[in-house]
Amino acid sequence: MATFFGEVLSVSSRAVDEDEEDENDEDEEILKELDETREVHLEWYQSNSNLMTDTNLIIAVGRNAASFLSVYVLTSASWEAVGHASVSNAGSQTICGQTSTEPACVFYRKKDNRAVILCQISGYIEEDQQFQWTEKVLGGFKQKGLSVTVLSDSPVAEYKNMDHASSSSSPFLLCLQTKSSTTNPQCPLLEQPNIFTGIQAAVLSHCQVNQIPAVAYQCYSDAISPDSITMDTYKLAFTSVGDIKVGPLPSADIFNKFIKTNHIQSNLYI
Amino acid sequence: MFIPVEATPPSFKGFTLILPAIAVGNVAQLAVDLIVSTLSMKRVGYMHTDCLVPMVGPNPYATSAEDAGEIHTTAEVYTDAEKKLAVLQIRSPLIQSRSKKFRKLLVSWIKASEFSRTVVLSSSHAYQRDDQQLKGTPLRYLVTPAMRTASGPALTELGWMEMERLSPFPGLVEAVPRLSIPGGGVTKGLFTDGCQEELCLAVVLVFCSEGDNVPDAFTLVNHLNEWLLLVDNDKRGAQKWKVPGSWRLLFGSSHPPSIF
Repeated sequence: MATFFGEVLSVSSRAVDEDEEDENDEDEEILKELDETREVHLEWYQSNSNLMTDTNLIIAVGRNAASFLSVYVLTSASWEAVGHASVSNAGSQTICGQTSTEPACVFYRKKDNRAVILCQISGYIEEDQQFQWTEKVLGGFKQKGLSVTVLSDSPVAEYKNMDHASSSSSPFLLCLQTKSSTTNPQCPLLEQPNIFTGIQAAVLSHCQVNQIPAVAYQCYSDAISPDSITMDTYKLAFTSVGDIKVGPLPSADIFNKFIKTNHIQSNLYI
Repeated sequence: MFIPVEATPPSFKGFTLILPAIAVGNVAQLAVDLIVSTLSMKRVGYMHTDCLVPMVGPNPYATSAEDAGEIHTTAEVYTDAEKKLAVLQIRSPLIQSRSKKFRKLLVSWIKASEFSRTVVLSSSHAYQRDDQQLKGTPLRYLVTPAMRTASGPALTELGWMEMERLSPFPGLVEAVPRLSIPGGGVTKGLFTDGCQEELCLAVVLVFCSEGDNVPDAFTLVNHLNEWLLLVDNDKRGAQKWKVPGSWRLLFGSSHPPSIF
């Protein structure tokens, strides 16, 4: 539900209230102003950053997915930042768990292959902004030859299955792909009654509706913060993404840079 | 908003449209699942809109391994050409600040598609019934003036109960009775829009409470079937409706045995 201040709260109850009585002009004006604060702002540092054909777009959403890109892919010098998208919402938090004025997501392009673009989403994009984010980002790329891969995290507690053995072997990877995708995924398909929500769902919906080849990989893990085992699971997804080298097992220093900064300061056991 | 699956958009002229309101217990959405699954309806398009929370999942109506991996999105339109029936299924909540926009989009799509009639399935909080509503059937209907002309006598003959207008202040004689559908989401708004836009629209709803709402879905869809005759009415009880695979584990996985 949306509160008066415009932030969207996820309601746990399915019960719904009756529609409000028709708003008057003043209410409409307030809602319009609130809507403007929910805008997604997209900026490309160079005017043609997104206008390649045959673009291979990889989107990482979630702490482990985004950290995987940082640790395994972006450590090499062959990537340059080419744009960012920012959203304004009260729940915005970076990988570090701090509210930040840094952009919610950054786009990187491979220097030696300008058609490969990574999108690392470190903030949280609220439900009422997900569609807009997707339309602005994907709508800005040339559709010809565009292919999309999404990496996302999910708690294993949200995975529904009769067989408890499968969920006890977390982290594990499952995927969904659009009808026009010809990728041979390297992991099992997600089975009913499970679903994807969030940015990965918005992106996959957009691609399905617009007949863009896309695959979304979701890693189910019981880790609540970035960890090396969960990040390592994403390497499987990259075997079917051409022309991106996943680096060797990083050093402990690089891992510690990402894992330590998520450590919650607690005075419980002083 | 409506994007067809095939290059040539389907024609809905003369079709009956059934759509669910996102309401208490998600009863209407469960009922629509039963209709699509039982009639093996074919997906013909997507409702691609920023008014709904995005979600995707594998085919909820899969009948084989081949079609199990097909992805399905937040809101989709299915048809049964032989029965001239179209169904819109909505799988996620409305973004509350956009419910009015969604109603407008729906109404304009319904008018542009030239459906012969529209049936909105819905539900309402059982605990907010007044004394007279506590008695008898929990099922109610509403019809726009255009629908009353077309189907009013048929519904009266079926013995259906029309939704009562209730006083907002019980006991206060001066208070004007008004239509109230607590827990009905956009139902009342859609019905009002239907009246204003002269749509041939009916609402069929059931009073229920949150919980295991599968029985309520069967109640609603069996009631609807008395009028629209979607499936063979000779079969009794729940057997005539096919439960989709997506209804497995509706309340989550069971507890892992390893915790004991």
